Amino acid sequence: MTTLTLYDAVGAALTEEMRRDHSVLVFGEGIATKRHDLVQEFGARRVRNTPLAEGIIAGTAVGAAGTGLRPVIDLLFAPFLCYAMDELVNSAGKLRYMSGGQFSFPLVTLTMTGAGWGVGAQHNHNNEAWFVHSPGLKVVMPSNPADAKGLLKAAIRDDNPVLFFLDIGLLYQPGEVPAGEQTVPLGKAAVLRAGSDVTLVSYGKTVHHCLQAADTLAGKGIAAEVIDLRSLKPLDEATILASVTKTGRLVVVHEANRLCGVGAEIAALVAEEAFARLKAPIVRLGGPDAPVASSYPLEQAFVPQAEAIAAAAERLCSYQHA
Amino acid sequence: MNPKQHEIDPRQLLQQMLLIRAYEEAIVAGSGTGKIPGTCTSVGQEAAAVGVVNALAGDDLILTNHRSAGHLLARGADPGRLLAEVMGRSDGYCRGHSGSLHISVKELGIVLTSTIVGAELSLAPGVALSQTMLNRPGIVVCFFGDGAACEGSFHESLNLAALWNLPILYVCENNQWQAFVHRREATSRDHIADWAASYGIPARTVDGNDVSAVLAAAQEAAAQVRESGRPYLLENWTYRTRGHFEPDDQAYVDPAEREAWLARDPIAMCRDCLIADGHLTPAQAAALADKVASRIAVAQSFAEASPFPDVSELTRNVYA
Repeated sequence: MTTLTLYDAVGAALTEEMRRDHSVLVFGEGIATKRHDLVQEFGARRVRNTPLAEGIIAGTAVGAAGTGLRPVIDLLFAPFLCYAMDELVNSAGKLRYMSGGQFSFPLVTLTMTGAGWGVGAQHNHNNEAWFVHSPGLKVVMPSNPADAKGLLKAAIRDDNPVLFFLDIGLLYQPGEVPAGEQTVPLGKAAVLRAGSDVTLVSYGKTVHHCLQAADTLAGKGIAAEVIDLRSLKPLDEATILASVTKTGRLVVVHEANRLCGVGAEIAALVAEEAFARLKAPIVRLGGPDAPVASSYPLEQAFVPQAEAIAAAAERLCSYQHA
Repeated sequence: MNPKQHEIDPRQLLQQMLLIRAYEEAIVAGSGTGKIPGTCTSVGQEAAAVGVVNALAGDDLILTNHRSAGHLLARGADPGRLLAEVMGRSDGYCRGHSGSLHISVKELGIVLTSTIVGAELSLAPGVALSQTMLNRPGIVVCFFGDGAACEGSFHESLNLAALWNLPILYVCENNQWQAFVHRREATSRDHIADWAASYGIPARTVDGNDVSAVLAAAQEAAAQVRESGRPYLLENWTYRTRGHFEPDDQAYVDPAEREAWLARDPIAMCRDCLIADGHLTPAQAAALADKVASRIAVAQSFAEASPFPDVSELTRNVYA
């Protein structure tokens, strides 16, 4: 075990995968500047700065991935993905299918989002659900450095385009990371805490809020199970359903806008597949239908906090059918 | 192999243009009766496609767009499998998942075809990056229209290709029309080639209806890209004589402009030139047309006999 920040865990994964596979290259907005150690080890051909032009960065990655390379691109902040939507959604996500399977697109898009830096709505917009809704793409968002490293290694090895969301608020939080070769499979959730009374499902920074809520709930005699999705697509439906089948109660939590968010899909999944096991209505906690403000208290208020999660879980546990 | 070293039989160029014309006319006729879905034809632009594709080597890679029949057929695609694709049949090159608009044929080096105007330009630098990073010999040829040149992706692509020294032959088929809008209404310059200079990219405009001129210009351009490892932009000045998409009454087209271009039909020009030069007799020209017609008839029978994909194909090949 070593202790790394999430940012450094990403660097470690890039280093290991670039050593392992010479077709891996990284390019993006300032990546050769900010991760200069990669340039020193792998040279300027495999680690490139680019113009601040997200469309051509993503398009170049799609073209390269479709013809034999395994690019990782850094598009900085998630709202900037709007400039790369055609390349990611129409090209990376669809050209395999539309060509009858002639091409595959092993590429990873790194992007940051979430509360923490007060950067405002054009740098902070948890738009991950857009890509979950787009066929052909995989989507991950780790909550800790170990998963960030393991998921990124798996994403680089995957033959599909992967959107890799980095939570700004977690970027410089240190965590234990297993040394050496350790991948985290895409599409596999982690049960971080076992419990029999209520299931808390989340990803990104709100996983930590769920864990805090579970501590509070334990003090009140409520055993909460906390699931970190890690991957949003593929979604680990089996782990979610197994937990809700056990607890009968579900709170889904994410920082992204609640409306048509990933939580809506999970709530629908549980309603369709485990309705008879539910002892109480499903609760979704998410951000409002509003751009994120820069001001610290407003930015924090956007994000579901531990108190609200604990309160929701407690309400479910005392819920009586009329 | 550098095709410049080989003498290309001009009758072969004529035959390819005839094949493209016959193929697209069959689609137009079929779409009139509802038998074949409508397409974006390249009628009138055959010389632009045939001249460039015949200037390429076998290991060069091509990116094309929705108006692709000329590029595909000149590269040797089987018209039967193309028609099957257009008709959504399982023997199509893309198993019927593409239709006419985004046909790729990897085995012929026609890769990553997108119908999003300008997407071919966004993808080309990455394909060229693969060629250079993986030490593959072929250059990358990117076909696009004057409409695509108005997209931001054109400018971003040229900038990056120049900056990163990418071996891309950009081929603009300036067919005067951007869907239903004349290029005069949409483009600040008459010639797309003018824009290349801003990026330090050499460029040239050629008469896109003169197949010999296109071939010679494309051979020179391709050789320059091969030798320098850097991009080049060739603009083929041509005309889309049919509508944007079949059917299209072209009521928005100035008849005088269209007539003037029809009088410069690339196939008639090539045929008359070959006959005048003694390369071809009128009887041989007629025989070529017959040969092409029977090939299209066979292709059509093949496509019609090809089964539709099974419904199980609905979610096949979404993920690798």
